[in-house]
Amino acid sequence: MQFDAIILDGKEEYRVHRTGELYGHFETLEQQKETATLGMWIFLVTEVLFFGGLFLTYTINRRAFGTAFGIGSNTLDITLGAGNTVVLIMSSLTMAMAVWSAQVGKKRLVSIFLIATLGLGTVFLGVKAIEYKQKYDHHLIPGHGFDMRYRSAHPTANDDLKELAREKEEVATAIKSDPDINYHGQLYFSLYFGMTGLHALHMIVGAGLLVWLIKGSFRGRYTPQYNTPVEIVGLYWHFVDIVWIYLFPLLYLIDRHH
Amino acid sequence: MSDMLPTLDYKLPDDHYLNATYGSGRSIRSWLLTTDHKRIALLYLCTVTVFFFIGGIFATMIRIHLLTPGGTLVTPETYNKLFTMHGVAMIFFFLIPSIPAVLGNFLIPMMIGAKDLAFPKINLLSWYIYVIGGCFVLYSFGTGGLDTGWTFYTPLSSVYSNSAVTPAVIGIFINGFSSILTGLNFIVTIHTMRAPGMTWFRLPLFVWAHYATSLVMILGTPVVAITLLLAGLERMFHLGFFNPALGGDPILFQHLFWFYSHPAVYIMVLPAMGVVSEIIPTFARKPIFGYSFIAGSSIAIAVIGFLVWAHHMFVTGESTYAALTFSFLSYLVAIPSAVKVFNWTSTLYKGSISWDPPMIYALGFIGLFVIGGLTGLFLAALGLDIHVHDTYFVVAHFHYIMVGGAVMGYVGGLHFWWPKITGRCYPEALSRFAAVVLFIGFNLTFFPQFILGYLGMPRRYHTYPPEFQVLNVLSSAGASILALGYLLPMIYFAWSMRYGKVAGPNPWPATGLEWKTASPPPTENFHVTPEVTWEPYDYKNRPDLGLSAGAPSPAPAHGDD
Repeated sequence: MQFDAIILDGKEEYRVHRTGELYGHFETLEQQKETATLGMWIFLVTEVLFFGGLFLTYTINRRAFGTAFGIGSNTLDITLGAGNTVVLIMSSLTMAMAVWSAQVGKKRLVSIFLIATLGLGTVFLGVKAIEYKQKYDHHLIPGHGFDMRYRSAHPTANDDLKELAREKEEVATAIKSDPDINYHGQLYFSLYFGMTGLHALHMIVGAGLLVWLIKGSFRGRYTPQYNTPVEIVGLYWHFVDIVWIYLFPLLYLIDRHH
Repeated sequence: MSDMLPTLDYKLPDDHYLNATYGSGRSIRSWLLTTDHKRIALLYLCTVTVFFFIGGIFATMIRIHLLTPGGTLVTPETYNKLFTMHGVAMIFFFLIPSIPAVLGNFLIPMMIGAKDLAFPKINLLSWYIYVIGGCFVLYSFGTGGLDTGWTFYTPLSSVYSNSAVTPAVIGIFINGFSSILTGLNFIVTIHTMRAPGMTWFRLPLFVWAHYATSLVMILGTPVVAITLLLAGLERMFHLGFFNPALGGDPILFQHLFWFYSHPAVYIMVLPAMGVVSEIIPTFARKPIFGYSFIAGSSIAIAVIGFLVWAHHMFVTGESTYAALTFSFLSYLVAIPSAVKVFNWTSTLYKGSISWDPPMIYALGFIGLFVIGGLTGLFLAALGLDIHVHDTYFVVAHFHYIMVGGAVMGYVGGLHFWWPKITGRCYPEALSRFAAVVLFIGFNLTFFPQFILGYLGMPRRYHTYPPEFQVLNVLSSAGASILALGYLLPMIYFAWSMRYGKVAGPNPWPATGLEWKTASPPPTENFHVTPEVTWEPYDYKNRPDLGLSAGAPSPAPAHGDD
C-alpha cells in the first residue's frame, strides 16, 4: 500500500493512498464495495449475538417470573411505544429511498431522504426519553429507590384513577403468589432499560453516521458508480430497526390482555 | 543459520516496511498512526509481550508460594488475586491476541497475495482498543487487584468480591471488540482480497486455521462482552441478573460465559495448529498430507467447539440428559483434532526431516497437544470429570493445551517467520537449545500437576497437605527452567534485530507466497500483485526453490522471483 503524506497546517498526516474513492490496497471499486458490504454483514452477525445474550436473559427470566414481567409490561405506555414503532419503520423507508436515490443518481433526493431519516430517528429518541422520564417519576428505575407500588400509591392530577386502582389491585394479588415481586419486577425493568438503552445507543451511533453521510451528500459524493457508504449505513440502520421490531412485542405487548 | 545459507551473502533491501518513510521520516508517530498490517503486528508483538511478562510474574509468585505446604510468600487473599490476575492477563491479553494479532496480522495478507488487510484503519483501531482495555485491567491490578478467578463467576464477582472487579470487567469488555474487529477483518480479507489464482484450496493451512479462529471470534466474543457488561452493571447498580438473592440466575452467567470461553480455547489453539501445519511440510520437505482434511478439520473444530460449553458445568446440577449430550459432543471434538495429528505425522513419514529450530517447536507442539488433548477426553467423561473437577488435573490439562500447544506454536511461529519479519537470522544452535529447554521445563512444571490433581489436590488453594510437597517442588523447579526457555528467545531475538546474519527472502526455503517477497517485505508486500499457478506445499515440483523431490539438503534460494 502506498501512503500519502499530507501537510495540513504544518502538521503531517499519514493517509492510505487514494485515487478518487478507491483505496490503494484494492484493485477495483467493485472489490472495495464487496469488501465493505461483507464487512458490514459480518458486523451485523456479531450484533445479533451481542443482543442475543440479552434476549436469552429476558426469555429465561420471563419464563421464571411471568407475573412480575406482566405487571412491568403493563406499566409501559403502549401509545408511545406503538407510535415509535411506526416512526422507526418510516425511517427505514426513507433510508431505503436514500439508497435508491444514490443508486439512480438523484443527488438532491439523497440529501432529503437522509435528513428525513435522521429526523425520524431523532423523534424516536425523543419519545424514548419521555418514556424514560415517566419511569423515573414512577420510581421504576432499578436500584435502591425501585418500588412497583409507588405509582398507584402516589397519584397525580393527570393520572387515570381507574387505571391506577387496577394496577394496585394487580400488584396486591401478585404479591400473594410471589412475595419477591419487587425484585422480579426490578429484573424486568433492568432488562427493559438494558435492551432499549442498548438499542438507543445504536440509534445514536446511527444518527452520527447519518450526519456524516449528509455532509457527503451535500458535496454530491454519492453517485450511481460510488454509493457504498449509503448502502452499508443503510444495512446498519435496517438492522437497528429490526431489533426494535423484536423489542416492541417482547417488552410492550406480552400480557396486555385487558 | 550459517549451514542454511552456505554460500550467498544477502543484503537487506533498501526500502522495506520497517524503514519506510512516512512524511518526514521514521518517527514514533509513523508507528502509532500506521495502517500497515505488518507494523500493527509489531505493535501487537510489543504489547502482548508486556502482558506475557506481567502474567509470567504472577505465575512465578504462585510457584514460589507453593514451594511449601503452608505457603511461603503471600497471604491467602493475595494468593487468590495472583492466580486470578495470572489468568486474566494470560488469557485475555496474551493468548487470545498472540498468534492471530501478531503472526496472523503480519502474514495473512502476504500469504494470500494482498497489499493489506481489508480494513487497515479498523486494524489499527483494534490495537488501540486492546491497549485501552489493557489499561483498564492494569488499573484494576494496581488498585486492589482481582480475586474472582478469571471466570468472574457471579454472585462472587458481582456482589461479594472486595477487589477491583469493575475496571477489570470494563477492560475485558472493551478488549473483546479488539478481538471481534480482528476476526471480522480476517474473514473479509480472506474472502475478498485473494490474489488471482489463489483459490480457497490453494490457501495456506495457516490461513484456513485463522478463518476458523475468526469465526469463533466473531460469534463468541459478543456474547461474553454482553455477559460481562451485565455482570458489571449488576455490580455497579445492584441489579439482579445473576444474583439469586434478587431473583437472578448464577447458572445463566455460567452458560453465557462458557458459550464464549470454551470456544475461546480454540481461538488460542487453532492458530497454533495453523503454524504447525506450515512448519511441518517445510522441514519434512514434503507436500502436506491430507490438505483438505486439515483445512476442513479447522472449520469442524470451530463449529463443534460451540456445542460443548456445558462440560464446564457438570457439577452445577444441570440435567443428566444435558450433561450426557455435552459429554458426547465434547468427545466429537477429538475427531477433527486427531485428524490433524494423524495428517502431520503422515507428512513426517518418509520425509527428509531437518531439525531447524521451528521444527523442534512444531514437534514439541504435537507431543504436548496429544497429551493435553487426550486428558481432555478424561475430563469430557462424566464420571471421571466429577472426580477430578477443580483439581490440578484440570490445571495441567489446559496448560498442556494453552502453554504446551498455543505458546509452543506461537514461539515456533516466531522462530519460523522471524527472518521474514526482521530480515535477519537468530543464532541457530542457541535457539535449538532454547527449544529443548522450553520443552523440558514445560513438562517438568505441568506433568506433576496431573498426578497432584489425580491424587486430589484442589486448584486455587494457597495451601496443601505435606505429602504433596515433592510434586509441587518439582513443578516449581520446572517453572524456573520454563522461564529460561522463554527468556532465551527474547534475548537472542532482540540481539538478532541488529547483529543477526541477513536472511534473504526465503531462508528455509518454503513455498508460501510470503517467501516470494523481500525480507523484510516492502510496505505494499509485493511490487507486482502475484499470480498463483501452483498448488500449496508443492515441495516436489518447485525448481524455483532449488529442490528436487526429497532432496535432503536444499540449495539456497535465489531471491525474489
